[in-house]
Order: sequence, then structure tokens, then C-alpha cells
Amino acid sequence: MVPDMLDLPGALILEDGRIFNGEPFGALADAEGEAVFTTTMTGYQEVATDPSFRGQIVCMTYPLIGNYGVTPGDEQSRRPWIAGMIVREYCDEPSHYRSVGTFAAYLRANAIPALHSVDTRALTRHIRVHGAMRALIVSDRAGRSDDDLRHRARRAWSPGDEDVVSSVTTPTQRDLQPEEALHLVLIDYGVKENIITSLARRAVRVTVVPYHTTAAEIMALEPDGVVTSPGPGDPENAQPAIGTVRTILNARIPFMGICLGHQLLALAVGARTSKLKFGHRGGNHPVKDLTTGLVTITSQNHGYQVDATSVPLDMGWRVSQVNLNDGSVEGLEHDDLPAFSIQYHPEGSPGPLDSQYLFDRFIDRVREFSQQRRVGQTLAATPARANQE
Amino acid sequence: MQPATPVSTVLVIGSGPIVIGQAAEFDYAGTQALRALKEEGIRSILVNSNPATIMTDEDVADVVYVEPLTVEVLRRVIERERPEGLLPTLGGQTGLNLAVQLAEAGILEQYDVRLLGTPLAAIKQAEDRELFKHLLIDIGEPVIDSAIIHSVAEAREFSHQIPLPLIIRPAYTLGGTGGGVATTPADLDRFVQSGLSASPIHQILLERSLLGWKEIEYEVMRDANDTCITICNMENLDPMGVHTGDSIVVAPSQTLSDRDYQMLRSAALRIIRALGIEGGCNIQFALDPASSQYYVIEVNPRVSRSSALASKATGYPIARVAAKIAVGRQLDELVNSVTQRTTAAFEPSLDYCVVKIPRWPFDKFRRAERTIDTQMKATGEVMAIDRSFEAALQKAVRSLEIDQDDLGWEDPSWAQGGDLLLDQIRRANDLRLWALMAAIRRGKRPEELSALSGIDPWFTRKLARLVAMERRLAAEELTPRLLWSAKRAGFADARIAQLAGTDEADVRHAREAAEILPVYKMVDTCAAEFEAATPYFYSSYDQEDEAAPIEGPKALVVGSGPIRIGQGIEFDYCSVQAAHSLGDAGRASIMVNSNPETVSTDFDTSDRLYFEPLDAESVTEILRHESRSADGTLDTPVILQFGGQTAINLAEPLADRGVPILGSALEVIDIAEDRRRFERFLSELGIPQPPGAAVTSQAEAITVAERIGYPVLVRPSYVLGGRAMEVVHSADYLARYLEHAVSFGSRHPVLIDKYLQGKEVEVDAICDGREVLIPGIMEHIERAGVHSGDSFAVYPGLNLETAEVDQIVEHTTQIALALRAVGLINIQYVIHAGKIYVLEVNPRASRTVPFLSKATGVPMIRLATNAMLGRSLREQGYQGGLWPRQPLVAVKAPVFSMAKLRGVEVHLGPEMKSTGEAMGIDRTFAAAFHKALLAAGMALPPRGSVLVSLADQDKQESLPMLAALAALGFRIFATEGTASFLEREGVEVQMVTKRIGAGSPDVLDVVLDGTVDAIINTPGPAQKEVLDGFQIRRAAVEKGIPCITSTDTARAIVQTLSEGANSYAVAPLPSYRNPVPIRVERAIAGERE
Repeated sequence: MVPDMLDLPGALILEDGRIFNGEPFGALADAEGEAVFTTTMTGYQEVATDPSFRGQIVCMTYPLIGNYGVTPGDEQSRRPWIAGMIVREYCDEPSHYRSVGTFAAYLRANAIPALHSVDTRALTRHIRVHGAMRALIVSDRAGRSDDDLRHRARRAWSPGDEDVVSSVTTPTQRDLQPEEALHLVLIDYGVKENIITSLARRAVRVTVVPYHTTAAEIMALEPDGVVTSPGPGDPENAQPAIGTVRTILNARIPFMGICLGHQLLALAVGARTSKLKFGHRGGNHPVKDLTTGLVTITSQNHGYQVDATSVPLDMGWRVSQVNLNDGSVEGLEHDDLPAFSIQYHPEGSPGPLDSQYLFDRFIDRVREFSQQRRVGQTLAATPARANQE
Repeated sequence: MQPATPVSTVLVIGSGPIVIGQAAEFDYAGTQALRALKEEGIRSILVNSNPATIMTDEDVADVVYVEPLTVEVLRRVIERERPEGLLPTLGGQTGLNLAVQLAEAGILEQYDVRLLGTPLAAIKQAEDRELFKHLLIDIGEPVIDSAIIHSVAEAREFSHQIPLPLIIRPAYTLGGTGGGVATTPADLDRFVQSGLSASPIHQILLERSLLGWKEIEYEVMRDANDTCITICNMENLDPMGVHTGDSIVVAPSQTLSDRDYQMLRSAALRIIRALGIEGGCNIQFALDPASSQYYVIEVNPRVSRSSALASKATGYPIARVAAKIAVGRQLDELVNSVTQRTTAAFEPSLDYCVVKIPRWPFDKFRRAERTIDTQMKATGEVMAIDRSFEAALQKAVRSLEIDQDDLGWEDPSWAQGGDLLLDQIRRANDLRLWALMAAIRRGKRPEELSALSGIDPWFTRKLARLVAMERRLAAEELTPRLLWSAKRAGFADARIAQLAGTDEADVRHAREAAEILPVYKMVDTCAAEFEAATPYFYSSYDQEDEAAPIEGPKALVVGSGPIRIGQGIEFDYCSVQAAHSLGDAGRASIMVNSNPETVSTDFDTSDRLYFEPLDAESVTEILRHESRSADGTLDTPVILQFGGQTAINLAEPLADRGVPILGSALEVIDIAEDRRRFERFLSELGIPQPPGAAVTSQAEAITVAERIGYPVLVRPSYVLGGRAMEVVHSADYLARYLEHAVSFGSRHPVLIDKYLQGKEVEVDAICDGREVLIPGIMEHIERAGVHSGDSFAVYPGLNLETAEVDQIVEHTTQIALALRAVGLINIQYVIHAGKIYVLEVNPRASRTVPFLSKATGVPMIRLATNAMLGRSLREQGYQGGLWPRQPLVAVKAPVFSMAKLRGVEVHLGPEMKSTGEAMGIDRTFAAAFHKALLAAGMALPPRGSVLVSLADQDKQESLPMLAALAALGFRIFATEGTASFLEREGVEVQMVTKRIGAGSPDVLDVVLDGTVDAIINTPGPAQKEVLDGFQIRRAAVEKGIPCITSTDTARAIVQTLSEGANSYAVAPLPSYRNPVPIRVERAIAGERE
């Protein structure tokens, strides 16, 4: 075994006292957060900029990070949200035709510390066994005692402590492709760019609204359908959203919930959520659709889950999809409401795009529903013509 | 989705003998699949002609046929066994082609056999270029400008539209045989011609060259429920233009962003869905490094070399899962056998980097063209795993077992830098990696080298980092910190010592003092997300260890490394059997190997697998790790007898460190390998040996040769497969040989022996220290002088007198006991002028062990392993002496890959050239030999034409054989000398001139235009005659017709033809050994009547 003789200047200190030494490569700073790991092998830039990682110190299980630099257009939101990153090997000489700089420079520019040369597999195993936990990342531990660092790690801030959605949501409303007829409202709890792109690519008008937008304001936009986005933190902390989702569902507007948006739907209909020991983060999670029997490899990033037993079957809700690894809830569907939700990320980024068909399915449903409604409205408006038959 | 009707009996076609492009990976895949079928309660029928495979062991499949892989044989197997399903995707291209032929011949329909897994239509769509192109267009995948060509004229026309360079890809060939990249019009004509003749349907694809683009592969699986997953992607370090089997490969891809990765992954899923494959397939893409443009290059609708690599790289058992899917199971029903708690429906996540490097045969074929291109030339490969690219790469280099065993090696001609060096970088060749390092050492920037070679700068910059570390090691004090950094970058102790100007032992001691020792990490398919129970580990200089030493009795088996000429799959067979035997004897088995193609590196072959280089440092560290004794002694015993020369080479360094070696001690190896000691040893026993000596200088060599008389056999000591071994007839030639072929060293002298031409006999025996069991005696068809690995061997020795057999048994017993050998021993004899001489003794498993085990039914490895553990033969129910002769004849045929290696001499000599072997087994010699020829692709048609060109000394002796051939109805063509000789002797012959272009037809014409079906050519002793015949032999090889270079082989072939060879049996292997009579059928009755 290689001893801890190496005097590497940086360290990750976990809440339970374990310390991993490392070499700093991002900003020379300290940061607090929740230590988690993701098993995605590509997409470190997407990980960094995914708002769902807000406040987390992310351990990349894939050991070689930085290889293809930083690419404009691959960021998933307006800035990186991770609290820190831990890797085994950092590559500071990237090679890719789209790359505009190194990952380290990018992290430095955004004041995010990171460590390399860490035994990330050991860290991952630790988190697997002991759970995701509070942690402190320091770039230079000189002059600080282990006890002092451990003390700080125990009291480190964690994204589960507060309502973190407000910090990542868009500050202003965005309107995309206003010329399109079919209109979707996307509530941004920490949306990823590729969700917006995936919707817009399907020839719909998309209005992205901030987290605090009220149900009434959303209804006033006259949406044909509503999408609730992924986002960070404990869904129970996102109280304002729960009522909004409930109102939209009650209005029978076609609804698609993704990740946090899925958890909020669950809470809105009276189901419960709970924290997973170490979450699902990666690009290889198998999900089985209980209706079709199809298995799809999905991209995942969540620390909380919907409790299967709490799903209100009597209200017409059922678990439509499950995770094959641990049987956890991956999707909810209503028997007659045009509403469904999924725990995983059909937008990938990073990760597989095998669930893109869900956007088609949703938009088809929205279109169908809006036609029915228009026909209904037409019929209601012109009873005479109906009587002529 | 069609409902899967369950099948209860399934036929599996193996891949036959090892050739370039089709190596041990199919034994691995087949074995895994057959075990999977057994788990599913399905009866499996296996046909394979390669005895050196675990899959042909009688406990793997339910019924095993060791028979030639021909449509006729398979028809007879189907008729007899009536399988309901045929699994065509496990036997490589050979198995797939046969399945197509069986389907097209209506045989599958006739016997109601269903093709499982991959539909026939998918096979054709994937294999036929035109159909494949249409498929891609249908599903909207980009298609490269290309044309299907059936003639040179068509090719020329295409080249007017799409400029050179163009790639030539023949349809339906192994490992891209006959392909190439044409950069000039002359090249184009040449490659198109050879491509057309290599393709069984005379079709090639000509396409726009994507030279310099990245080459990326995906391994994809799909089940009947349409669940699709990718197991792994891989990036070739060598850009497009090099066959993937000849590329250095990393897994997963390193230079792809998530966007690139997912773009290609999604395309791969679309393709496997469009093909409708139920099982696995491999999809190759070309990706433009300067845009996101990509093309689909190739699809292999079956398990492949790449899927074996992907299995080992990820821990995901592709063949096992593919077999289960083929019989109707779904991915989500199958358990991930690594974690035991998740399902097979997931995608492995790697938390390490894997590097594969091909193992080329250029150390054996010094005159071969070393340029690598779209025609695969590597015989095998090595893989290494670590948590950085640098470390994985250097470990892989250490695993190659070539002279260039670290990246510090340089060719003397590179010393000046300059064009010679840059040429090695511009052109893909086996030494390019070393040339890149050398250029960086001389100040070239990685980006310049990338521009020259097309290798992504990510890789060349990593090499530059290694050079930077070399400089630090050479300049700085070797502090623990520096040492730690060097070890993390994969520098071996020996290389550090070399750079730092110290001894390997000093580096080791410095590491020990600073506690810089490797830890072992698990390959668990899931990047540690789930707890896993797999015993598959690799070393890394990291912090946390996951491989707590195995408790209780255990032993470590050193494997045999990459498949190469002289050390093939036979040794992997032995290693696997040894691991199983250890387990049965109540000892935990620990396997160490570096070869991803093999059964030995399957994670469930042994109790624990370390995927590591087979050098002293790696093995010692594993032993240190497993031993953990209080006083630091390395008390875990090792078995070195089964890993070929690789393992034997470790005997000395391991013994030096006090490691207990099971079986024959180092002393035994030393006596056998040290010429002087061996001579003394034999003379004390009174057993004769050809006169000779070990010499250390040229003068001494000439003196010895004069004393014993020419011809002499010369070779360096301590080599495998007779590398650089030659028969020398004169002092001139001896001097030349000594200058060019070998370098003298006091430790490794050159051996010179009197060359005795005679009957060569080979024996494998098991010794428990008290008794010696000889399962059988094998006689070579070719007289001594052809390397034993290239000879046809026959069990039992049909032409041996009883007295000779008795004496061989006696000598063998005496030698084994006197040496105090424990375990296996192999002895080669020559019978010259009625006297039996010992040629060599190898105190280890030889390449004939699997053949002999299968022929005789004696579980040789099991007996030997138990003997090493202290159980006597008698305790195991056996005893010393010759095992009762079986009522059968078994023939081992050598198999060559000459067509893949341009410029390689075909004729056989003391240096081994074959890449594999096939076995023919039957009741009579004629039938067994004919089947061996069929299996090796050397059988003559029942009637046809043969070209004969013989050396003077062979003419008289060959007369009866040629007369018999003519009497059988063969037309004989012969070159001037041979023709006039035959005419004189009254044999009807047509003369063709040897002077190429001087007459019509000349000797090349009759070969290339298909006039002759085989050639018999023996070169005379003069250099000129050798060169004369060279072109003829190469033409035969490139034309794919048998090329026989020994009159002994020719005689045996003619004999079998006269004796009605086509009347052979097709029966399960064990039934030949039973005395129960079996039905002998007439195979090609119509043709004989």
C-alpha cells in the first residue's frame, strides 16, 4: 500500500473524519458541500454545469478527466454549480477540435477548487458504504491540523440544508420559438440546456419560467403542456413548487416531470420522497418500463427518490418504470390524466440519449390533447352547427 | 417480436486452428457460451478441429467432435445429432461462413435446424458490402463514397471519380486478407487483384480513404425484447488505415467528448436494431478529428477479437450473455455475474484505463514487411489495466515479451534522428511507438509527430510526459516522491534503474524502504458503485487495496502471455487445466496472465485472476501481496511448467527470491538448457545425443562445426520456437549466420549440433519423482530438420519398431527420473541409422500436451499438477510406463498464416513458422491424415493438377510418390529440371519454365491462373535456388492452394490419396478411444466412384 507520505497539499475531508489527500488543480480555495460520486465516463463539463450538482463535491469514478478540454455549447446552464471536483488523473493538455481551454482554467475562472491524484476508487467505495456526506475540500492544508479540518467538515454546508432551487433557477423568463403553435411551459428548477434544446427541436414554443412563478401566472401563459425540470436538493425543501404542480395537474394540463420535477409531482399528489444512501449518478442505469417491458439505459443524477409504497394508487397514479439495479421508482403515470414523470434524464448530457422518445411521446400527447380541447371548444362555441347534423 | 420457442439441443461451430485474425479469443468465447448453454439446461454439440482448446474438453460441451470444419462434416454431425438450433456467432469468421454455407446448401432446412441469435439476413447485410451500404442508407447513417468492384477495370474507373488513396476491402475474408491501401495506380491494380482472389465471392469494396481519421469501436448487445446496450467503446491509437487487430487500442475512448461518445453510441444502437441481431456485435466507426463527421466502417455480427477484449476490459461476459440471448433469454432476466446483484441489462462503467498492444511475429520473420495496414499481421495481443494511460501503456509494453520490452528501446539507425526515424513515425509499423519516444527524446514536439502520424496529440503528449519523467529519473535524486511518481506512470524497476544508473534490486529496496508497493484494484463492471464478488484484479500504485490475500492453501499459475509463433494457445490450455486441477485438489488457484484473448483470463477460470505483465517484478509483487508472512518470505508457491518459455524464464528470478516452485526445480531447467551440463548428464546415463557444443565466439563455432562435420544445426540457447535456428551446410554460411542472426553473450551462447536427418519422435511424459507415465509416443512425418511445431505428428508412432518404442520408453523414464523432474517433461528424439539420439529435453508442458491428452484420454495436466502437489501417479490411479495404445490414429497438422505476411518465406526449416494446429483423428492413418489436411486447408482435391519443382537431392527419392500421383490421375506440371527427370523416368509431365516471363505458361502463370491445385516445391541448398522457389511458393500462398515444401509431407499425402482417404468417420472424440466399433461412412462417395 502506498503510504500517505506524499505530502500532497490539498485534501478532501469527510464528515466522518476520513481524509483523502490530493493535488489541487482548480481554484486555490476551500469549499464545503456534499461528497457524491458519478460513474459517467464522459461529460465532466456537463456534470460541472448541471444545476442538480449544486453544492456537491463530485468524485468522478472515471480516472482520466480533462482530456478534451472545455467546449462552448456543452455547458448545461449559465455557469458551473459543483462545489468541487475530485479526480484520479487530470489532463492539462486537452485535445479536441472544439476545445477552447483547459478544465482547470475553467474551474479557476469560476472559483471552484478541485483535486487530482486522489484514490477516487477508495473514495467511491467509502461513499458507497457510508453514504453521501458533508465534506470539505481544501487546496492547501498547510498550517491546519487534521482535527481542525475534521471539525469544519462535520459542520460543512450541504445542499440538503436549504431550498437550493432558488439559487439555480433562471432569473428571467425565456421565450423560445414564439412562432410555433404548440406551447409548452418549462418550469426551471435547475434545468439543463439539452432539455430546452430537446423540446425546441421538436417544433414547439417553449417558455422557460423561473422557480417562483405561480400557478396562476403559468395558466395565464395558456400552455398546452407543462414540463417540470430537474434540480438540486431535497424536494421537500422546494415547498413553493409543490402547490404549483398540484394546481397544474388539477387543471388537467398535460404534464411531464423530470427528476426533481418528478419528485415534486409525487409530493404534489401526496406521495413521499426519501434520501438515497449515495444516490444514482451516472450514465448506465437500466430502467424497465412496466407497461412495455422495454429496458432502457438512462442518465441519472439524483440523491432522493419517490417511495414506491407511498404512490396514491387510489387516485389513479401508478409506478410505470423501475430501476433494475435497486427496484427504485423511475417513473409515475396517471391512468387518465395526461401526466407522467420520470426520475432519470432523457436529455442525457452527459449520458445516453435513448429516452429522447419521451419528449416525442409527451409532445404527441400534448398535441392530441390540445386538438381535443380545441375541438371541444369549437363544439361548445358553435352548438348550432352541431345540431344541423 | 417472435416468441422464442425453446431449443433443447444446440450445435456450436468452433473457429478451428489458430491463424492470424482468428486466435484464442474464440476458445474463450466458445467455452463461456457452452457453459452458459449448460446452465440453461441445453444439450450442446461442439465441432472444432483445434485440439488445443478448452472448449473441446469433454466436460465443456455435452458432445465434442474434433473433426475438420467443412460443410460435409457438419452435415454429418447434424444428421447424427439432430440439433434444433445452430449458434453461428461463436466460431469467428470461420463459423459464420460455415453457417451461411449450411443455410445456403439447404442443410439447415433439410434437418430443421434454426439459426440462433443472428438471422441469416443480418449476417449477409453485415458481411456483404452492398447490402450493408443499403442498410445504412435506409436508417440514415452516413455512407462513405465507395463501389463494389469485381474487376481491375472497374477499380480504375472508380479511381477517376474518387481520388487515391483508396482502400481495398475484400468481402468475406478473415482479418482483412488481401486488403490494403492503394496510394498509386500500380498499387491499386496489385491490391485489387489480390483482394479479388482472396474473396471467396470475388468481390471487393473500394472506398474513399479516411486515412488519419480516428477509429472508434463499440461493442453492442441486443435481446429479443429489443433492449440494447453498449458494453464498451474503444479508441484506436493508430488512426484509420490500420486494421483494428493491428492497432494499439485504449478502452474506453480518451479523446471523445460526451457529445461524440453519445453520437456514435446512438448510431451503434440504431445499427444493431436495424440488423435485428439477438446477441452481440462489434461496430467500427471513423470519426473526423476536425469535425463531428463520422462513417460506419464495419460491423461484425458475432463475437470477435474486439468483443473478447471488451469482455476483459470491462468484466462483462459478452459471449456468455450472447449465448443466453440466442436461446431466448432477455438481458434483464440475466444476472450480472460480476456483482451477482444487478442484471446483465446495464452498461459497464470503467474506473481504469485499458491498453491493448498487438503482438506481431516480426521477431520470427525478420524479412517480412513490417509496415502495418488494413491486413492484420499480429498473431496475438496483450492488455494492461491501470488507473492512468501512461501506466497501462507501459505495463502493456512490458507484457509483450519482445526485445523492445520497455519504451526506452531504440533502433541504432534512429540515433541521428532525421528521416530514418521520422519514416518510422509516418508509416504505421510495429515499432512506431518506440520511434515516437525516440523522436520526442530528440526534441520533436508531440504535435509535430501527431501531424506526421495522424495519432491524436492526446497520445503523443502522454508519451512526452513519459520522456519528461525519463529525464527526471536520469537527472534527479531518486527520492520517494519521484519514485512514487515514476511507479504511478508505470515505469518498471528495471527501467528506473537503467535511467537512474543503478540496479533493479536497489530500486526495489528503495521502494520497499519507502513502502511504495502496488495495491490491487478490482475490475467490477460498475466503477465501485455496487459491491462485487469478482476475483479479477490489476495492480496500481494507489492507496487502497481490495484484494485481501486468499486464506488457506493456494498456488499461483504463471500463464503464457500473448499468442505468438512458438507459444500458442496450447499453453493457455495447460494453464486453465492447471487452475482447475488446483481447485479440485483443494488449493485456491491464482492466475497471472496478460493476454485478453484467453480462457485463462476469464474471471471464473481461477479463484483469483491478476491481469498483469508476466515479468519478474509483477509476479514478485503479487507473491509478496499474497504471502504476507511475518518474516517477509514469499511463501506462496508457483507453478511455472504450463506457461511455456515465459513462465520458465521466471524460474531463476523467483527462485533467487526464495519463492517455492512446484514441480521440477530450477536445477532441472538449468541442466536441460545448459548445453555443457546436459551433455554431461546424458553421457552419464549413456544416452546418445548428436555431437555438438555451446560456443561463445565465431572462431569457436567454426572449429566445432569442422570437428563434427557439416551440415550442422545452429541456434541461440534459451529461445522458444526455434527462433533463428538454421541448418547450415558450409563454413561460409555459418559465418554469415553468426554475424546476422545472433549476438553472442557469455550467458546466452550459441548451440551447434551435428544435423542428423532421420525419423523424429516426440514424447510427453508425467513424472512424480518415482515413476514416469508416457501417455503416448508421437512420430513426425517430416524428418528432423523441420521444426517440431511445424511437423505433422502422428500418434501412435506407426513406423516404430517395438524395440525402438521400448528404448524410447526406457530413455524417457531414465532421463525424467535422473533429472528429478516432477510434473511434465517433453523429450525429442531422432532415430538416425538405427540409433536413438536425444535432441532436446524440456522440463515443462509442451505444445503437444493438449493433442496427446485428447488422443489418449490421459488427463495429463491434472496428473502433472497433482504430482507437483505431492500426489503420486499411483495415488491418482495411474502408474509408470507407456499408456496402452488407443485403437485410433491421431494426426496433428501445422497451420500457417503465410497469406497474411507479405514477403515471408514459406518453406519449412528448423525455425517454427506455424501459428496453429489442427487434429485429425480416425481409425486409420489415411483417414486421420486426410482429416488433418482438410482441417488445415491442405487437402488435395481427389483429382487435379500439381506443380512440382524439386531440388536435385530430392528427385530420385520422390519418384515413386510422383508416379503414384500420376497414376491417381493427377496432371503433373514441373519446372525444367524436374520435368526432364520425370520424362526420363517415364512419368507424364508438362514442363513450365522457371524463368518468369520467359515462356508461356511460366511457373507463376500456372499458379496464378488456377491451372494447378497444389505445389510441391523443395528448395536446394544453394541460396539462389531458395530465391528461385520463393516467388512460386508465395504465389501458391497468395492463391490459397496447398504449398508442400517437404517431400515427406508430399509422400504422406499421396499415400493417403491412394488408400482411399475420403472414406473417413465423423464421430464424437471419446468414441474413437472406445473399443466399440463405429460406423465408417463414405464421405464423398460420388467423387470416388
